[in-house]
Amino acid sequence: MLIFENGATGRSAAAQTASSTQVDTHSIPDALLRKQPPALAEVSELQVVRHYTRLSRKNFSIDTHFYPLGSCTMKYNPRGAHKAASLPGFAGLHPLTPARHSQGFLACLFDLQEILREVTGMAAVSLAPMAGAQGEFAGIAMIRAYHLARNDLERNEIIVPTAAHGTNPATATMCGYKVREIPVLADGDVDVEALREAVGPKTAGLMLTNPSTCGVFERKILEIARIVHEAGGLLYYDGANLNAILGKVRPGDMGFDVMHMNLHKTFATPHGGGGPGSGPVAVNERLAPYLPTPLVKKTEAGYAWVTEQELPGSIGPMSAFAGNAGIMLRAYAYALMLGREGMPRVAEFATLNANYLAKRLVDAGYRLAYPERRASHEFIVTLSREAKEWGTTAMDFAKRLLDFGYHAPTTYFPLLVPECFLIEPTETETREELDGFIEAMARIREEAAEKPDWVKSAPYTMPVSRLDDVKAARELDLRYQK
Amino acid sequence: MSQVPKELKYLASHEWARLEEDGTVTVGITDHAQDMLGDVVFVELPDLDAEISAGDEAGVVESVKAASDIYTPVSGVVVAINEELQDTPELVNSDPYHDGWFFRVKPSDTTELEQMLDADAYTEACEEDDH
Amino acid sequence: MSFIPHTPEDVRQMLGELDIQSIDALFDEVPPELLVRDLPGLAPAMNEMEMLQHMGDRAAANFNGLCFMGAGAYEHHIPSAVWDIAARGEFMTAYTPYQAEASQGTLQLVYEYQSMMTALMGMDVSNASLYDGASALAEAVLMAVRGNRKDKTRRILVAGTLNPRYLRATRAIVEPQGITLETLPASDSLCLANISKYEKQASEGFCALVIPMPNFFGQIEDVHGLTDWAHRHQALVIGVVNPVAVNLLVPPGQWGQTGADIAVGDGQPLGLPLASGGPYFGFMCCRQALVRQMPGRLIGKTVDSEGREGYALTLQAREQHIRRAKATSNICTNQGLAVTAATIHMALMGASGLQSVAQSCFAGAHQLSQQLESLPDVERLGGAAYFHEFVIRLPVAPEKVIDEMVSRGILPGYDLGEFFPDLGNALLVCVTEMRSPADIAQYVTALSETLKNLEGAQSC
Repeated sequence: MLIFENGATGRSAAAQTASSTQVDTHSIPDALLRKQPPALAEVSELQVVRHYTRLSRKNFSIDTHFYPLGSCTMKYNPRGAHKAASLPGFAGLHPLTPARHSQGFLACLFDLQEILREVTGMAAVSLAPMAGAQGEFAGIAMIRAYHLARNDLERNEIIVPTAAHGTNPATATMCGYKVREIPVLADGDVDVEALREAVGPKTAGLMLTNPSTCGVFERKILEIARIVHEAGGLLYYDGANLNAILGKVRPGDMGFDVMHMNLHKTFATPHGGGGPGSGPVAVNERLAPYLPTPLVKKTEAGYAWVTEQELPGSIGPMSAFAGNAGIMLRAYAYALMLGREGMPRVAEFATLNANYLAKRLVDAGYRLAYPERRASHEFIVTLSREAKEWGTTAMDFAKRLLDFGYHAPTTYFPLLVPECFLIEPTETETREELDGFIEAMARIREEAAEKPDWVKSAPYTMPVSRLDDVKAARELDLRYQK
Repeated sequence: MSQVPKELKYLASHEWARLEEDGTVTVGITDHAQDMLGDVVFVELPDLDAEISAGDEAGVVESVKAASDIYTPVSGVVVAINEELQDTPELVNSDPYHDGWFFRVKPSDTTELEQMLDADAYTEACEEDDH
Repeated sequence: MSFIPHTPEDVRQMLGELDIQSIDALFDEVPPELLVRDLPGLAPAMNEMEMLQHMGDRAAANFNGLCFMGAGAYEHHIPSAVWDIAARGEFMTAYTPYQAEASQGTLQLVYEYQSMMTALMGMDVSNASLYDGASALAEAVLMAVRGNRKDKTRRILVAGTLNPRYLRATRAIVEPQGITLETLPASDSLCLANISKYEKQASEGFCALVIPMPNFFGQIEDVHGLTDWAHRHQALVIGVVNPVAVNLLVPPGQWGQTGADIAVGDGQPLGLPLASGGPYFGFMCCRQALVRQMPGRLIGKTVDSEGREGYALTLQAREQHIRRAKATSNICTNQGLAVTAATIHMALMGASGLQSVAQSCFAGAHQLSQQLESLPDVERLGGAAYFHEFVIRLPVAPEKVIDEMVSRGILPGYDLGEFFPDLGNALLVCVTEMRSPADIAQYVTALSETLKNLEGAQSC
């Protein structure tokens, strides 16, 4: 039932009505006044509370379920970080409060910039981008600004491996670039020979995730960096998988010129049912003049915003204010609790959990896409054999997992591995939780062999069974109408 | 195996073309293509009277999980579009070679048709794709 | 202190299973010269208590008094239930609803959000949100360029009364695609002038016109005339709308003869705290004909295999994870949790509650401005009707007034000198329903005394 269907004409949550005597709006021309109130729900406060509390219970979440969604880093989101960011001194602060009256807030942003600089091995950081995709945009826009500033106008191509996140080619297009794809080898590494062929005077840059979306570390990364740099291009690091190497390997040391981070992944801020995220960018010295504003500097007189006037080469701001500030505060609080020792432990235990899970799933009969490789913080299982023999696809396995109380891993990504699961357990899961997942996967595989139709019609215990996506797209119904 | 009518010409990107008696060329996507896409939910067609060149993107076909560009195999002016696809895109699935056609071109160079694949060559190209 | 649950025994067993001696062996594919030994720039870990004390100190170092500042972010009352429910782990720690069966809570909520937003704006379609108002405008511009097939100019005309921060961000986001933004200069009344003044700029053709409602100075533009004018020029109309003001003012779907084509804005006034600038969310609505050009996520109603109603992501083929380089946008994550709060907020407030807030804001702003106009040396600028913000000109630099007023516990407004120095000592003041008559009286007294002090200091 929709909230609107709970309503009755004339009912309201009366305690939320603002006090106002009859207001004289005659100064506004009549044609510019609203004549019909919007058709919102007419419900009581208890009805609202009950409705949305009930809806919440139809969700899987990290707080309620193991959520091994590959490439999304669904780790525990510490409550303390949420509490810190919700302190009235932060939550009530107007974003345009002059810097001299918001020193506490600016100090947090400055310290977070410094922490991110240290763990990425980069020269400078801007927290401005509001999500990973916006960080990517900022990164590629900086590459563009760099080439333009050098009057190097022929470079109109961004090279992207076929396994890349969809945001990579979409971002390159948004920045006005052509996308050139290069293949990935059977062992999961980028095809270095194909890269060598692809680079040239048109190459603006290469976008790369490392460890890659194949769940393996790009072993020839130093050679790749050399090839791209020798061709005059720059290297972009997609930080989606930074959790795999946090505190162990630094993108700056690998030769990347620019990168983004997803604070909602690596720095444990809540995913919120699809955002808000935060996608800070870090750069080396040569791209520092182009960073998006605003950023924070420390002066003798205290903390201050670096404005566009002080950074004339900046690609500009990405939002009205300073980005998703509340997410930055949560990430900062999390980073404080990890500290110097805790940072590398993230990568170590994320990797331990992934390799343990991969090994045990192989024991249970599953096949890895890259069996000869070490898993990073995530790995790929291919169910093409199960699909061929029993007709049970990766989607079917995913749906059946829900019945066992586990959120499904990422399915059908990366696109180049057929019938795949991309599985990322994260460092905050216990061995017992992983064992439970392994046991469920083993049972589903038995079910698929014995009674494939049962698996193909899953799930059975969710609020709804499989939804008709075709109807949803053909007969678009995007809003309630009386 | 999907249908590949002998009398049509094909592109490896899964468009078919038919030279009509009035000299225009009708374009659609093949049975194999619709099968790979799954249930078609939307088709974007070129504008009437638009001038298009062989190899241009002339539309998009969307299913729930995929979207493919449609390339025109011949150059010329668009003289008709299949407006029924706006409300009933499923015609592409049920009848890809007749009711599910996409658009019709008055060709400026009919030799372009001869450069297309015949049914056997197209079938072969699809089989290679599968491996 | 990294929230890692492994006991030494766990580690021993897991390493045994992998047949390796240490966790370091798991990194044996990394070129050894790349492995970091230490991060000397980081401080030792804090426990939660230490972290909260530290953050508490930092929070206390920010201004925490009466806020009369708007300029794109507004302090409204947020019903207690809003964040109590939005912060439930089931909403807060879920992710994008790719597995629809296990995400019906978020999916239905977003469908309700889309329904509420379209009702509020009088438009056909709403997406599931974008990042913020400024970036939503950038996406609207890109959408207009895709959607206006007749246009070949890629020129966007923007009211000079638009929030300058929106213009700046939009420029940064769309210019790499060869789109130009041109400003229509405002008149002395702090509104757009009569359209005849802009015919010359329009004569070479343009793709879309951006109209703010209310505008950055709080004033109400002639949205009907502007909309019809743009449509006569075969351009699309993008409205930038305050979602509280629209409860009093004509919604974008009813602008001019046929309505705006796209409406965007910042959803922050609908249940989001000021929060130092975010997270907020951008909303975007459009007419039905443009739905396939819309960026971001859309939730549709459908049925399950047993015919029960359910909700799913739809039209995903427009999106980056399928369409890659040809996607409508690179957007992926949006502002889900902010939308969750806004939906609960709108459900609680209802049309009558939101209207009462809009009226209360309007009334408070007019009370304050009338009282300020009676102060010597304070002048109100602008000629048109205004909603809950207005501009005053001060006899001294606003910066000094702000510092003095802050010391009296009042943030008196936004110094327009940053973007509009020509207005001379101008301050943009905002009053929401949060400011009581006593607050307003306190403002007037404080400003009056402040000006006396400052002018006295000047004359010395």
